[in-house]
Amino acid sequence: MTRSDPKNREDNALAFFDSQFGMDERSLVAGLDTALERQVDYADLFFEYSVIDAVSLEEGMVKSGDRHIEQGVGVRAQTGERQGYAHCDDVTVESVQIAATTARAISAQAGSTPPVRVEPNQSETRDLYPVAMAPTEVPVSEKADLLSEIDIFARGLDSRIEQVMASVVTQHRNIMIVASDGTCVGDVRPLVRLNVQVIARDSSGQRREVASQGMGGRREIRDFSDPTVWRALVEDVVRIATLNLEAKPCPAGTLDVVLGPGWPGILLHEAIGHGLEGDFNRKKTSAFSDRLGERVAAPGVTVVDDGTIPGRRGSLNVDDEGTPTQRNVLIEDGILRGYLQDRLNARLMGMDCTGNGRRESYAHLPMPRMTNTFMLAGEENPEDILRGVKNGIYAVSFGGGQVDITSGKFVFSANEAYQIEDGVIGAPLKGATLIGNGPDVLTRVANIGNDLELDPGVGTCGKDGQGVPVGVGLPTLRVNGLTVGGTEQ
Amino acid sequence: MSSPEPMEIVDRAIAAALAAGASGADCALVESDSTEARVRGEEIEFVKQALERTLAIRALVAGDGGAGSAVTSTSDLSPEAVERMATETVKLAKATAKDPAADIPEEGFATNWPDLELIDASDRNVSVEERIETALRAEAAARSTDTRIGNSEGSQVGSEFSSVALGNHAGFRGEYRSASHSLVSEPVAQENGSMQRDYWYTAGRKLSDLESPEAVGRKAAERALRRLGGRRIETCEAPVIFDPFTSPSLLHHLVGCLNGYAIYREGSFLAGRLGETIASDQVTIIDDGRIVGGLGSRPFDGEGQPTRRNIVLDRGRMETYLLDSYSARKLGMQTTGNATRGLRSSPTVGITNLWLEPGQGDLAEIVAQTDRGLLVTELIGMGFNPVTGDYSRGAAGMWIENGEITHPVEEVTIAGNFGDMLLGIDAVGSDLEWRGSVAAPSLRISQMTIAGD
Repeated sequence: MTRSDPKNREDNALAFFDSQFGMDERSLVAGLDTALERQVDYADLFFEYSVIDAVSLEEGMVKSGDRHIEQGVGVRAQTGERQGYAHCDDVTVESVQIAATTARAISAQAGSTPPVRVEPNQSETRDLYPVAMAPTEVPVSEKADLLSEIDIFARGLDSRIEQVMASVVTQHRNIMIVASDGTCVGDVRPLVRLNVQVIARDSSGQRREVASQGMGGRREIRDFSDPTVWRALVEDVVRIATLNLEAKPCPAGTLDVVLGPGWPGILLHEAIGHGLEGDFNRKKTSAFSDRLGERVAAPGVTVVDDGTIPGRRGSLNVDDEGTPTQRNVLIEDGILRGYLQDRLNARLMGMDCTGNGRRESYAHLPMPRMTNTFMLAGEENPEDILRGVKNGIYAVSFGGGQVDITSGKFVFSANEAYQIEDGVIGAPLKGATLIGNGPDVLTRVANIGNDLELDPGVGTCGKDGQGVPVGVGLPTLRVNGLTVGGTEQ
Repeated sequence: MSSPEPMEIVDRAIAAALAAGASGADCALVESDSTEARVRGEEIEFVKQALERTLAIRALVAGDGGAGSAVTSTSDLSPEAVERMATETVKLAKATAKDPAADIPEEGFATNWPDLELIDASDRNVSVEERIETALRAEAAARSTDTRIGNSEGSQVGSEFSSVALGNHAGFRGEYRSASHSLVSEPVAQENGSMQRDYWYTAGRKLSDLESPEAVGRKAAERALRRLGGRRIETCEAPVIFDPFTSPSLLHHLVGCLNGYAIYREGSFLAGRLGETIASDQVTIIDDGRIVGGLGSRPFDGEGQPTRRNIVLDRGRMETYLLDSYSARKLGMQTTGNATRGLRSSPTVGITNLWLEPGQGDLAEIVAQTDRGLLVTELIGMGFNPVTGDYSRGAAGMWIENGEITHPVEEVTIAGNFGDMLLGIDAVGSDLEWRGSVAAPSLRISQMTIAGD
């Protein structure tokens, strides 16, 4: 394979479905026309052919190689707020016809919507993730060698490391979207994720701790197989596991919290991002409903969702409805400015689609989803921010989080955190869960660091049973008065 | 669409893997046909229908000191594609390490299993329109419960009919059909500018097993309404009661710690503690894959081994881990028939129907016997570490004073060590309710840390 230039890339995806499944222009138009035989506002066909490949190591052995092929087509018809959707994993002209007939049944209205012209969109397309070789095509032996080196390196770093589990998961997704508004676009999406988990045991043998870290993106595998890159990851995961062997129980109660840069941006994802998704706001079930133009954060806080950053895990050339992604300002200097929209919710709310219509696969309906969500940097020195805290917590690394959109309550759990006393970082703390209220947490922001970092490329967002890759980012941030859910009073 | 019988495809894949040099192979073909629909208010939001067929292949290639293994899956089931994928699987297996414990069971397979009543053929005749009507009834019931219910995330129905065909190189062949149906309602209650959502659901193998849509809508509405006016409480230590909606989450955490893989990796705080008392004597936990009509029932596991009744905890004493053949070999034990075969992953350990045996008194009685404490009705977040047992999750519920509910509570966390929590269970209710494959009655933990103001 050769490095594809942007124009070729789109042609490649369209040509792929033509050559592999016989989905030529005539078949596509026939499929859409079938969906449009009743009165509908909009219809689209989503084709997918994906290869997912995983190699994993434990106990010093690469025990398993996995390779999965996901292929299928989903046909959608919309009328008003209603959506009919049918999908199957058989990609043939006949199966598209059957799915289209099923999907259009959502419209009770007889009659027909005018047929459409389908031709590849001529607009200038970009390529945010050019790769010379699909990561799924890199031989298993190369991935296995990388994992074995990681295993040996991790065990060599500290004799307390008992278990090393590591995996490389790669994806290569070909998609094509053909819609009744004339959209006809394809995309080829590589994705790499390297994950390392270690279990450490202290010298007394009494205490064990686990830590897990990863990195990834829409990149070449060699961007991660470079020893200087993966060694930093392994050093970090070994450091956290062994550090936590000494961690003391976390306090319980309301404290000032300093979040480190990067992955702690999961705060924005849970506390703010989900509540600004168009579907919840159209239905007015979000704690942020009807609050555009209002102050929801302290002055200086600007939060964006940007699907256009090259090579990032949350980035997309086009979303899963064929809309080019963009940089959307959600909060500007503390004021709520925008929602995240897919086509349905944008149309129903009379707003612009923001390129956030995403789906896990052909087997799922698109919904408004985040891409890469982060807060812009401020001006303060991170060390000064820490020095200003009398009694609080410094949380550097987090596991997962969750939010209740309607009440606005969110939680996220730290796996690397420290006590701060009189401006000095103290003992490591274990098991800290932070809980807060989305609409007011950012009003408690006291300091914003000058050190914005994006996460290493590990996030997966779940909504309504669908998982999609996302990114987050944050500068060092001080938030006053967050509830810390530890065990020590 | 005409297509070969499932077992023909399985046979072809096994033969192709063996021809390509596999020393062992097992294959599963899963077919499903599903419908989901959501309504909101009086409007349909979506109707979604799907037909899926996926073949999963596992191949082993024996060599010096062990065998390499690989797993693949595809939904392209043409004879050429199946043969190509089987060959690819063998190639992958040759590239992995020779693991002395890797093997596919060659004996002990399930035979003459009983009819577990996992499907009611007449449910196939129920139309999408009738299912949508059910959702509309739940939605109407939720919205008519109280004037403060004026909005919702909707009510959703789902039905799935599936069939599994499993075979291996040692001659096991097994097939079964099953179905599952569900209804969930998620209303939003509003008062004085604040909003609360909650939900209630019902699920079963047969439509006739489901709760009435009116009951689902009403219970969902009552759950949302009682959260209105929720507030934080002072940080304290107090007893915590889990209702039958939240108590199953504790069983999920527990089985994660009893999973054979977590045990041999020493990734569980319960590793090596078989035979010890790890929970209070009120706690007996059973996993049984042969409950008639159970949502977790299946006649054989993901490796063709018979499912069975395993007493996991007997009055607090840990009787067994949950094992498939690989984790059993690693631990020098026998499989417990808990292999589960995801289409897109290697076989691993999973539960079947898992429950905590009921005790005495319902939730109201446990509340009445609690001087001061928190009743937890919803949990959020992932704050559980199976290696250390550290537990800290976001919670919402009701505050109890002198045996009576005084006000709703929100934006607090409950924390403790899971080992201490299991030993601290000092009340188990009689109110065991099935609405999935894991069930537990109301229970009380004598003391946890509640973080609030």
